[in-house]
Amino acid sequence: MAKIVHREELAQGTIILNEIEAPRISRKAKPGQFVILQADETGERIPLTMADTDPEKGTITIIYMVVGKSTARFRDLKVGEEYYALIGPLGAPTHIEKIGKVVCVGGGTGIAVLHPIARALKDAGNEVTAILGSRTYDLLILEEQMRNASHTLHICTDDGSMGHHGFVTDVLKETIEKEDIALVVAIGPIPMMKFCSLITKEKGIKTMVSLNPIMVDGTGMCGGCRVSVGGNTKFACVDGPEFDGHQVDFDELAKRLASYTEVEKQSVDAYNKCKCNAN
Amino acid sequence: MADKKEKVDRVVMPEQDPDVRRRNFMEVPLGLSEEMAITEAKRCLQCKKPACVEGCPVSVSIPEFIKCIADGDFSAAARKLWERNALPAVCGRVCPQEEQCEGRCVLGKKGKPVAIGYLERFAADWERTNGTGDVPAVAEKTGKKVAVVGSGPSGLTVAGDLLIKGHDVTIFEAFHKPGGVLVYGIPEFRLPKEIVASEVATLEKMGADIECNTVIGATVTIDELFAEGYDAAYIGVGAGLPRFMDLPGENLIGVYSANEYLTRTNLMKGYLFPEYDTPIARGRNVVVLGAGNVAMDSARTAMRLGADSVKVVYRRSREEMPARNEELHHAEEEKIEFVLLTNPIQFFGDENGRLTGMECLKMELGEPDASGRRRPMAIEGSEFKIDCDLVVVAVGSNANPLLTKTTPDLALNKWGNIISDPVTGKTSKKAVWAGGDIVTGAATVILAMGAGRAAANSMHEYLTLGW
Repeated sequence: MAKIVHREELAQGTIILNEIEAPRISRKAKPGQFVILQADETGERIPLTMADTDPEKGTITIIYMVVGKSTARFRDLKVGEEYYALIGPLGAPTHIEKIGKVVCVGGGTGIAVLHPIARALKDAGNEVTAILGSRTYDLLILEEQMRNASHTLHICTDDGSMGHHGFVTDVLKETIEKEDIALVVAIGPIPMMKFCSLITKEKGIKTMVSLNPIMVDGTGMCGGCRVSVGGNTKFACVDGPEFDGHQVDFDELAKRLASYTEVEKQSVDAYNKCKCNAN
Repeated sequence: MADKKEKVDRVVMPEQDPDVRRRNFMEVPLGLSEEMAITEAKRCLQCKKPACVEGCPVSVSIPEFIKCIADGDFSAAARKLWERNALPAVCGRVCPQEEQCEGRCVLGKKGKPVAIGYLERFAADWERTNGTGDVPAVAEKTGKKVAVVGSGPSGLTVAGDLLIKGHDVTIFEAFHKPGGVLVYGIPEFRLPKEIVASEVATLEKMGADIECNTVIGATVTIDELFAEGYDAAYIGVGAGLPRFMDLPGENLIGVYSANEYLTRTNLMKGYLFPEYDTPIARGRNVVVLGAGNVAMDSARTAMRLGADSVKVVYRRSREEMPARNEELHHAEEEKIEFVLLTNPIQFFGDENGRLTGMECLKMELGEPDASGRRRPMAIEGSEFKIDCDLVVVAVGSNANPLLTKTTPDLALNKWGNIISDPVTGKTSKKAVWAGGDIVTGAATVILAMGAGRAAANSMHEYLTLGW
């Protein structure tokens, strides 16, 4: 169990896709839900939202960017090797309904999280416009899958290497000016979700965001993932990870995500150094 | 004869020196030597109607196992313990014996009771390190399959008992290691994790299947387990939902629930960072809110992680503190300070959202409330500040709804605890039993084990005779 059956490097060796054997989880999982993974016994528990599931094969797919020691350890797992722990599906599923015109905004690896949600919204009969953003076109993931999961697709790159030269928020603004949008789903880095929510708030368009706070157990027993939503404390692992973007205190979330920045750096530096010595 | 025996003083357990141990995670009490154990065992009067047994929630044959130790047959002592208790090394360490077996010992009326807990621990430890590796014998297979949900003290007890009676048992655990609060909550210096692992390994040798990383309610539901062919289920998922105080600033970096603080430290071995990957904040000035055993565990952990000062802030007085006396005493020896009759009202932070201090009010005790304890009341104008960079909120926990909300026909009380028969542990759902903290709210290890024992007997009856 938790064996990696397929592995792909989606972008410049920093964005990795793993398809993992997990029959029970793949049968149960719904769009918006996440899993907790641990590379080995001394590893830490990391939450990742599922990018796809295949109940018939009994597998789930995760996509992550290598940003620290734990994701570096994930990167170093080969096909045929197993994760030490894989737990899920966790969190509340996305509420999917036919509501009309929907805009799905994805940034970076947030596109992986957005993909099953966009697909489900399209399948439910909504007209889906997707707006995808990345630093540069080489880092853009799941373009084809997102094209299939939407009716209209916009690409934005910070460096102008493809599509709109600039942020997803520019295209979102234009779209909501032109059309009568019933729902916006925004998933990506915190500043992106924050500014998408600010833009839609002016027009009163319902906006869902998927939050990525620090988690330990992922089952509601520690409160490490707590976020302020509408002035109340919520646990993202059981009450979320999706929340009303107009209610979320993004600044607090951003600060809490920096809780361990210093020690995380120590940890990844030590790991990379030790890998160099071994080679 | 009795008079002569009482002249031998109760054994004193050797301990690590407080100044040394407050900075390491090694176990504090060092255990009895064989000579000490025999001497202490000989103090037992071998009562014909032993009151100590009545004080034990799982009715261990106390005089009989102590007799084995007095005779120098330590292996037999361990086997005698196993007949009633699959986890003696754990119970010998964490039971509040003063309120249970030892509280009833007749020697305690005039002098000091027999050190039953120390002797139980001694026999179990001796068997683990010197024994044959034997495990309790199991009866002939009945062919019945039982799902035990949660591998904490009550689940492990149910599993052990049902295995002995010949049933097939699968234990489902949400975490990656079995043991529940024994591995994530109670720190290494009170209960070494190798001991929990060894007791779990015993269950595995007896035939238990353990499925970790399986969240019942999320990965699979109770009803789906029945569809998979289980004949009965026991729910022992504990009270794993931390309570916060709902005060301004509670989401600042540096404010932890005790669950998170202890899970990071114990289960994830954050105290060994960076050898282990999970970080844990090392506060210099630490405040722990609450005064139960979990608060003491948190405070003593903070000291071991290198704090300059650790304060336990509690709104009532010393008398009302729910922690065991032994834990309070150990904490004091380790230079934990107690700030009593004090209640926090808000937390302060810097521009990066990091905790810098808290504001408290002084309290005085008024009339007794519904719980019989005198109600703490704020003294107006008594606000004062405590500088701190780490706060651990240890004010209790509630029932986690993950399992119960996916099992709609399970009756719950208004706090979300499962309603089960206090004698048998039967729930409102056919073939489902429940016990431990998910039923009672946060309580003790041995009460959870007692509930497990009762449920196992009732489940056995059901599996052999019907509901």
